[in-house]
Amino acid sequence: MLTKGNSQIASLSRLVAALVATACGAPADRPGASTSDSSRADLRIVAVTHGVSANPFWSVVINGLDDAARDLGVRVEYQAPNTFDMVAMSEMIDAAVASRPDGLVVSIPDPAALGASIRAAVEVGIPVVTINSGGDVSASLGALAHVGQAEYDAGFGGGERLAQAGARRVLCVNQEVGNAALDTRCQGLTDALAEHNVPVSVLAVELADPEDTRQRVAGALLADPTIDGILTLGTTAAEPALAALRDLGRVGTVRLGTFDLSTEVLESIRDGEIDFAIDQQQYLQGYLPVVLLVLFIETGTVPGGGRAIPTGPGFVTIETAQQVMDLTRRGVR
Amino acid sequence: MSRREAGIFTRPFLRPGAAAAVGAVLIWLLFAGAAGSAFRSMAGTASYLNAAAPLGILAVGVALLMIGGEFDLSVGSIVGVSGMSVMLLTTELGWSLWPAIAGTVVLCLLIGFLNGLTVVRTQLPSFIVTLATLFMVRGLTIAAARGFTRRTQLGGLDEVAGYELARAAFGSAPVAGLRISIAWWLGCAALATWVLLRTPWGNWILAAGGQPEAARNVGVRVGRVKIGLFMTSALCACLVGIIQAVRFSGADALRGQLQEFYAIIAVVIGGTLLTGGYGTVIGAVFGALIFGMVRQGIVMSGIDADWFQVCLGAMLLLAVFVNRYVLLRAQRAS
Repeated sequence: MLTKGNSQIASLSRLVAALVATACGAPADRPGASTSDSSRADLRIVAVTHGVSANPFWSVVINGLDDAARDLGVRVEYQAPNTFDMVAMSEMIDAAVASRPDGLVVSIPDPAALGASIRAAVEVGIPVVTINSGGDVSASLGALAHVGQAEYDAGFGGGERLAQAGARRVLCVNQEVGNAALDTRCQGLTDALAEHNVPVSVLAVELADPEDTRQRVAGALLADPTIDGILTLGTTAAEPALAALRDLGRVGTVRLGTFDLSTEVLESIRDGEIDFAIDQQQYLQGYLPVVLLVLFIETGTVPGGGRAIPTGPGFVTIETAQQVMDLTRRGVR
Repeated sequence: MSRREAGIFTRPFLRPGAAAAVGAVLIWLLFAGAAGSAFRSMAGTASYLNAAAPLGILAVGVALLMIGGEFDLSVGSIVGVSGMSVMLLTTELGWSLWPAIAGTVVLCLLIGFLNGLTVVRTQLPSFIVTLATLFMVRGLTIAAARGFTRRTQLGGLDEVAGYELARAAFGSAPVAGLRISIAWWLGCAALATWVLLRTPWGNWILAAGGQPEAARNVGVRVGRVKIGLFMTSALCACLVGIIQAVRFSGADALRGQLQEFYAIIAVVIGGTLLTGGYGTVIGAVFGALIFGMVRQGIVMSGIDADWFQVCLGAMLLLAVFVNRYVLLRAQRAS
């Protein structure tokens, strides 16, 4: 009964809105504008990702979603399982699909577990935009577009930077060998530096053990003193790598770049100890999908013909570090 | 309130699990209002039943074990190891799927047996023993996955011989989006209820949980009963792991995390006492159903998923209050 009442109220209010729109919406100058505004308020977009809202990286994505919702006047709901639980995430997508939103935003860290649920959303006619991970399967699942960082291009860009900085022998410090995305970053780096005839070797380290990482980086630098460039694939490896350079007194003579941002990394860039950080600018992974879905719903347009829309790589250097630190406090970087 | 009034109005509720059934109806009404037609639609119904089924299967095993007076915190890790075991046996060692499933079942039964044997022999609290198993089994799962493949997410089960039949048995959705796992859930629950209410085993389980000394004195082999119960809960977890591996055509070393707590919550919401000797499997079925409805209903009604954990904790507390009240009334009435 409650629902029936609610839906009656809803249809009543829609009727009132339509009447008001007709009454106030002036004769012929802008008939479309007011109707599109009132229908925008009814647009409901659901985002289901693998990023718990307490995670600092994902809270920036959520801020992007919320800001876009406010700017465009649509409703956006954010859902994520409270652990890395792909079964629960697929069930959340099923629930979201059952509630028939006007658009769906999903990340795809595990295509095998989530593919069927995403395809089911596409089959009932819900436009889907994928974000962050899953760029390689996005189109085949029927998504409109993918918004994320192309890992290969990001690694390639990092290689170009190191070559410009004058590195002649480079180490790729990988804290998760076997993770396809990270291996791709190393490959991009290797290919970029190959164009400058700079050899790259991969050093595998333990994600959860910063002390071990420090020792291994120091060991690699001692074993081959000609190494004069390092790219770490995440902040968890960047901080121990910098510590190793400090131990050996080689800060500044070995060029150091990293993927991703953290407070320590930004401070070290500002102080000139780290040359650059590759930023995937995840605020865009929240903001852009909402824009894309609203535009698709209202105009049927999709930029790039469904090709992945890269949000990175952006580069944070000594010139921009302070500015990025200020923006981090506002939750948009 | 006089005893007679208690008889007329409250006797139907003075059964373990009845409060959970009433709770399930109330929660359904709540979300049918809040989430509107989505929750009442076939797709919505399928979505919460599908979400409840794996937890429901776990809860059947955990309920029997808790009625028998013990905990099993290792079920989530067993879900993880069973999926990974199926994947490694097939894709790395080249077994075909059905022998791999059989081997995985043996592995799970062995883990359950070791849990039970350790608890019975050492008289240590099962909470501690199975907490240790939780970490060891999870760690071994991750180590084995990385050792064999350098990855923790494996796919490609659909290319293994025997997959078609396994898909039909474990991973299909034969009717209107309803998954076959719901049939497994209800089948397990029916079997467990029958054992509990209609066989001598049921009496032994209740006695082992409620009055272990008295049970021993009348000749119940409490140790064997408990070891059997640990193996049963491991088997239920194994079934969930196999269902998920087949359905998603792959495994993830992290699968099943936190499920041990969700299963205990479902069982407690279902009216089973933490102290053992009192409870039903039917109650656990409703407990899992409530869990599924709340988790999916929150998404469908557009409430932030952060609130799910708040609801879960609140429901657990409420269930414990209701259970204690019902138990006191039942004792007074008898």
